[in-house]
Amino acid sequence: MKLLKTYLDRCVQCGACMSACSKAWAKEDSPELSRVRVKTVTGMADIRVCDQCGGCIAVCPSLALSRDKDGVVRIDRKKCTSCLMCVGFCPSASMFFSDRIPSPYKCVACGICVRVCPEGALEIIDTGKEG
Amino acid sequence: MDKLAMKLLAEWSYDRAPLHRGYTRKYLVVDLGDGDGKYSHTIHDIDEDMIDTFTGGRGFGLKILWDAVSPAGRWDSPENALVISGGPICGITQYPGTGKTYTVFLSPLTEQTYNSNAGGYFGPYLKASGFDALAVTGKSPEYVVVSIDGDEGKVRVYAAPTDERNAYAVTEALHQAFAKNEDDLVSVSVVTAGRGAEHSWWGALNVSFYDPRRKVARLKQAGRGGGGTVLRDKGILALVVRKSGFTGSENDPADLATLQKVGTKLHREIRNNDDVQSLMRTTGTTHLNKIMNDYDILPVNNYKYGRSDAIGAITPEEYKKLFTQGYADGCWYGCSMACAKTVDGFELRTGPDRGKKVTVDGPEYETAAGLGPNVGVFDPRWTIESNYYADHYALDTISLGTGLAFVCECYELGLITKEHTGGLELRFGAADQLMELIHRMVDGRDEFALAVGKGIRKMKDIFARRYGADRAVMEKIGMEGQGLEVSQYRCQESVAQWGGYFLTLKGPQHDEAWVIFMDMVNKQLPTFEDKAEALFYFPNFRLWFSLVGVCKLPWNDVEPEDNRIRYKGIEAAKVPEHVQNYLDIYEAVTGKPLSEEDMILQSERVYNYERIFNYRMGKGTRKEHTIPDRALGPVFPDEWNVRKDYFEKKLEEAGIRGDGLSVEEKIARLQEHRRREWEKLVDAVYARRGWDRNGVPTKETVERLGLDSPEVLEVLEPYWKSAGRA
Repeated sequence: MKLLKTYLDRCVQCGACMSACSKAWAKEDSPELSRVRVKTVTGMADIRVCDQCGGCIAVCPSLALSRDKDGVVRIDRKKCTSCLMCVGFCPSASMFFSDRIPSPYKCVACGICVRVCPEGALEIIDTGKEG
Repeated sequence: MDKLAMKLLAEWSYDRAPLHRGYTRKYLVVDLGDGDGKYSHTIHDIDEDMIDTFTGGRGFGLKILWDAVSPAGRWDSPENALVISGGPICGITQYPGTGKTYTVFLSPLTEQTYNSNAGGYFGPYLKASGFDALAVTGKSPEYVVVSIDGDEGKVRVYAAPTDERNAYAVTEALHQAFAKNEDDLVSVSVVTAGRGAEHSWWGALNVSFYDPRRKVARLKQAGRGGGGTVLRDKGILALVVRKSGFTGSENDPADLATLQKVGTKLHREIRNNDDVQSLMRTTGTTHLNKIMNDYDILPVNNYKYGRSDAIGAITPEEYKKLFTQGYADGCWYGCSMACAKTVDGFELRTGPDRGKKVTVDGPEYETAAGLGPNVGVFDPRWTIESNYYADHYALDTISLGTGLAFVCECYELGLITKEHTGGLELRFGAADQLMELIHRMVDGRDEFALAVGKGIRKMKDIFARRYGADRAVMEKIGMEGQGLEVSQYRCQESVAQWGGYFLTLKGPQHDEAWVIFMDMVNKQLPTFEDKAEALFYFPNFRLWFSLVGVCKLPWNDVEPEDNRIRYKGIEAAKVPEHVQNYLDIYEAVTGKPLSEEDMILQSERVYNYERIFNYRMGKGTRKEHTIPDRALGPVFPDEWNVRKDYFEKKLEEAGIRGDGLSVEEKIARLQEHRRREWEKLVDAVYARRGWDRNGVPTKETVERLGLDSPEVLEVLEPYWKSAGRA
C-alpha cells in the first residue's frame, strides 16, 4: 500500500508542498485546496495527510470510495454526492472539502509534494501490505 | 435490466423547472379519473404567498389537499388526494437526516387529515425532477403505475406490469424495470403498499431506495394513518420517480459553504458521541428497549405493564448481534446517524416466502416494542419476521402491534373466543397464532382478520355488535385516540404525555411531542402551565421538520457533549446548538434568514391550519380529544398489584385515603382523579395554543397567524358567531 509518510521534525512549514499540490490538482496556488495540510500547532509543525487507512470507505453511502491497485483510497466523482460523511469520520482529519469543488478531496500519494519539499520531510513509501 | 412488459396508458411531457434555493415552485397533480380510465395531469405554480404561509412539505400537502377535497370528502372519495412533498431542505446531502418525504391525505382510520413521513429517495428525486409536491387524485379502474422521469421530463401512467402486489416484490421489480442499467438502480425510488393495505385500514406506504452494497431495494415506511390504504383504493400499484446524477448541490443552495461547515460538524459529533449517547449507528432505535423498560415505559401486554423480567431477550445487545454492522445505513445520502439497520440473510420461517433468505429493514423501536412486548412476545427473530411481513403486506407495524395487543387482551378477558377468531388462540405471547393472524390479514377472506385490520375503533364496534363483547371494557383498554392506535410508549405516569399523545392533531403518535422524560423522570414540568408550554413548543418545533423535509433524530438523539452543561432543564431538552444548525441550514438553502421565533411561527401557521382543516371535515373539537382509561392508569387489579406501593403513594399524593377500599375502588378513585387532571390539562393546553375551550382556534389566533383567508373565514366565522352567542 502506497502512502505519503511525513517527518514532522524536518518540516520548516514553508508551504511548498501545499502550493505544488493545489497547483497540480486544483489548477491554482491555494493552500485550502491542497490535499496535504501543514499547520502550526503550538509552534510545531503538524502535517495532515491521508494515511490510506480506508476508514472512509465503509461510511460512504454511494460506494464512491475504494482502493486502487496500489492500495490508495480514491474517490469516484461520478458516484460522490458530496455528503461529506467521509470528512466527518476521517480518523486523521485529512479528507478535505471546499464549496468551490463538488466533491471532497484527499491525498492519492502522487508524490508531487515530495519532489518540491526542500527538507525531505515527505516521502512516498510502500508498506508492502494490502489496504 | 429485467424489462417488464410496460403497457403505456398515458404520457405527458413537461419542462423541468430548475431547483433554486430549495424550491422548484411547481407541483404536479395526476388525476386518475372517476373509475372511467380517463387519466390527466396538471402542473401548478407555487407562489410566494403559498411559500410564506405553508413553507413546504406537509404545509404544501395540506394546502393542496384542502383545495382538492370538499367538507363531504372521505378517505375513499375520488377527490381525496395523496400528496407527497419533501420541503425546501429535503435533498441536501451535507446534513444528516435531510431526505424525508412527507405524505398528507384523508385517513380511513381518523376520517380527517393525516400526515406521515418516510425516508428513502422519493422526496429528493421528486424535487430534482421538477416538483416540490406530487398529488394523486381520482381512482383508476385497473392497477396502474404512475411514473415521473426527471431526466426525460415525462409523466407516464402504465398498466400494472406484474401480478405481484406485495411491497418487496413490487419495489424490486420496478427498480429493475425503470433503471437504465445497474448503476442506475440508485436513480429510482418507488412508493408502494402491499396486499394487506387493500383490506386493512392500517395500510402503510413503503418508500424505497436502492442499497448498492447489499444490492437490494430497501423500504422505509410512511406507515401510519392508512396512506397505503388510500394508495391502493385509488388503484395505484406504485408511484415511481427516476432521476439520475444526483449531486450535493441539487437544491442550488444560497450558501453551500455553510451547509458543508454545519454538516461536517454534526458528522463529527455523531462520530464522537453516538457510542456513548444513543448507539444509533450499531443498534438503531432498538437501543430504547432497555431504557423504556427501566423507566416503566415499555408497553407490555397492551400497556398493562411498563416492564418485564423477560427484557433480557430483547436488549440492545441482542439486536446488535442480529443487525449487520459496519455499513452506511442512512436512508438518504449524508445521514451519518445510520439508524436504518437491517438484518441480512434472514431466513423466513412462515408465510408465502417461507425458507427464503431476505434483507429485513428494521425493526425500529416502535416495531420492536409493538410487535414484541406489547403482544407479550420477547423473541427478536419473531419480531423481525413479523416486521418483514408487515412491510411486505404494507401493514403499519405500530398500529398492528397495538391492535394485536388489544385483540390479545380481549381474548384473555373472554370478550372474544376461538369461535370468533377462526380457531386462533390469541393470548399474549402466542407467537405462532399471532403470526398466522398477520398472514390472514393479507387477502380479506378471513372475517376476523378483516375486522382486526380496520383498527381498534372499528374493532370495538364489530366485537360488540358481532360477538357481544362488553363495550365498556373495550373502551377502557383500547389504546386509540381519534381512531389511531397509540404508538409504543406507556404514558400513564406522565400527565404531560397524556397531552403529547391525546391532544394531537392526528391522534396518538409520538412525532408531535415526546415529553415523558422531561415530565415524569426529570420533573421539569411541575405545573399545568409548564406542561402546556411544553405542549405548545415541542409540537410546533417538531412540526417544522415536516415543513422543510428533515428527520427528527439528528436533532436530539445525539447532542453536543456539553449540551447539558451549558443548558439546563427544558432549554437543554431543546438542544439549542442543533436548533441553531437548523436555522443556519434553512438560511443556507433558501437564502432567507430565520429566527427561532419565526421558526415556531412557520409551524404554528400550519399547526392551526391543520386544526381548522379538521374542523372543516367535521372533526377538530374537544370531543375528539379523548383518552382511554388504560392511558391514564391501571384498569384491573393485576396492573395495580404489580406496582402496589407506587399506586398507593399516587393515591395518597392525590389526597385520597385508601383505607378500607378494595383495589377496584382504589383504581376507580385514581382514575377519577386523573380524569380531572386531564380536563385541567386540556384547558391549559388549549389556552396556550390560542384555542377556545372547545379546541377551535380563536379569531385572534387566526388573525395573528395570517390565516384569515376567505376560505378559512368561511369555515370558522359561523362557528365563532354561534360560539359567541353561546
